[in-house]
Amino acid sequence: MRNKNLSVHTILIASALAMVAPFVWQIITSLKSLSNATKVPPSLLPEGRWDNYGKVFDVLPFGHQFLNTVLMAGLRTIGQVLFCSMAAYAFARLRFPGRNLLFGILLSVLMVPPQLFIIPQYQIMSSLGWLNSLQALVVPGLFSAFGVFLLRQFFLGLPKELEEAAAIDGAGTVRIYWSIVLPLARPGLVALALLVLLWSWNDLFWPLVVNTDPSKMTLSAGLASLQGQFQTDYPVLMAGSLLASLPIIVIFTLLQRQFIQGIATSGIKG
Amino acid sequence: MTVTMTPRRDSTQNKASAADTGGGRRGRGRLKEALWGYAFIAPTGLGIGIFYLWPVLQTAYFSLTEWGAFGGHTWTGLDNYRRLGSDPEVGRALVNTLTYTGLGLLSIPLAIGFAVLLNRKGMRFVGLYRTLFFLPVVTMPVAIAMVWRWLYNGDYGLINYLLSLVGIDGPNWVADPATALYALVVVGVWSSVGYNLIIFLAGLQAIPKEYYEAAAIDGASPLSQFFHVTLPLLSPTAFFVSVVSVIGSLQLFDLVYVMAGSGAGARANPAFPRLETVVQLFYDRAFVTNDRGYAAAIVMMLLLLIVVLTAVQFRFQKRWVHYA
Repeated sequence: MRNKNLSVHTILIASALAMVAPFVWQIITSLKSLSNATKVPPSLLPEGRWDNYGKVFDVLPFGHQFLNTVLMAGLRTIGQVLFCSMAAYAFARLRFPGRNLLFGILLSVLMVPPQLFIIPQYQIMSSLGWLNSLQALVVPGLFSAFGVFLLRQFFLGLPKELEEAAAIDGAGTVRIYWSIVLPLARPGLVALALLVLLWSWNDLFWPLVVNTDPSKMTLSAGLASLQGQFQTDYPVLMAGSLLASLPIIVIFTLLQRQFIQGIATSGIKG
Repeated sequence: MTVTMTPRRDSTQNKASAADTGGGRRGRGRLKEALWGYAFIAPTGLGIGIFYLWPVLQTAYFSLTEWGAFGGHTWTGLDNYRRLGSDPEVGRALVNTLTYTGLGLLSIPLAIGFAVLLNRKGMRFVGLYRTLFFLPVVTMPVAIAMVWRWLYNGDYGLINYLLSLVGIDGPNWVADPATALYALVVVGVWSSVGYNLIIFLAGLQAIPKEYYEAAAIDGASPLSQFFHVTLPLLSPTAFFVSVVSVIGSLQLFDLVYVMAGSGAGARANPAFPRLETVVQLFYDRAFVTNDRGYAAAIVMMLLLLIVVLTAVQFRFQKRWVHYA
């Protein structure tokens, strides 16, 4: 048993190393000078070139892009959790004519690949004069059929008794939704929030298309644009890509359980 | 609480059914509930309508038009679709995308293997392993693509250095047409295995222990337990993962966009014809060359591809998926 576990751990440790090695190499490279990084054979040790991290701010409007990304991801997350939970509550608990038909239409949106929305969405942004603005990054991402679907499933699983008791005590719909359902549904709301955050932070296509002015870009589009513009300075590029993905990695490490639960129950990748 | 509530709930329901016929208070309650219902779905409903539903119809319409230099478009019927059939770049992109999608399914057996190892009784450090495997899933794809591009570098890359230690002269991975697509598959599998692992772990934990106890009493070896208990009971999860992976792989964009050399730079890459995917081609036609009618036809083709491949998987699931 002991020996068997040892061989299992050997396989897992080797594989885990393969998963982490690229990140380790990224950190090592980010701390090298360019001449040292392009030496053959490469040295496996980092130098203390912390100034590469400073250079990220010289080659990119990194501060702006960081802020754009935070605002886009943050506003989308708040908006989606609010709007989706409202709609999900209506679909799960309130009766109104056309409810099933509307929900069916919503589900059909879920199955369409996002590329089908992009040209018309771009046209809308363009005709509103919203290209190269925060609104362009945020607004279409405030609405989501997936979020409604996920939360409706979650609400259906909640016991009805508390809501009914509150209704008898004279609480109105808004009050029941806000002070009974939302607190009960916290795990579901957190799961959706983390998924939206992850997806928004890492998204490339939409930000790339709508905001082409470097100071209006998000981090992913900014980094992508950096490559190939001039002689690639890999240590700086490694430092920049590490800085760009770090916030979400930190949040993930802190909230692992909720992250994994969100992904395992919804089956949706970022 | 429940006990005292039950009769009161019953009485409201009785009142409701009595009032239904004659309108009155309950009717007003229903109207109020319906109005709140519409109010609650209004923001999402309008948003989805404007930004998702209407755009699908528009894209379908655009695919039947040709776009002029100044944004106007003229009706051209099925011309764009005819063009799709005779465009070698579309053919190439389709082959690349399908190859990537097929090979990417390798991530499923790998994830099942790791999940089974992690799910062993008395296993330690499960949380740590899970975290390490999951790290690439949450990391920004652009950042991942940059790191791998650097690892794959023909001159200074770590991979070719390690190969040189055992006497192999490695190619310039993502700039060599012979290796580029496979190099991309490796990154795709590497970055998705942790996601699939999580889903399979959840699937494994849902298998009742009694099945294994019964199999052990019948004298089944661990290997035979894996093939006769674990795999069949995990097959619905595997089916789900396969459907989701195929849909995701068909939309590959981020990794290629960066690894091929970002936008305009990509065409200078000699391996570009082996790297271009359907969505990349769509991006190029829609937002670089502004050939939006044709781009719309390209995504309509993508939609069809997704529908067909998903339908095929549903059709063949009877052959291998066992529902308990």
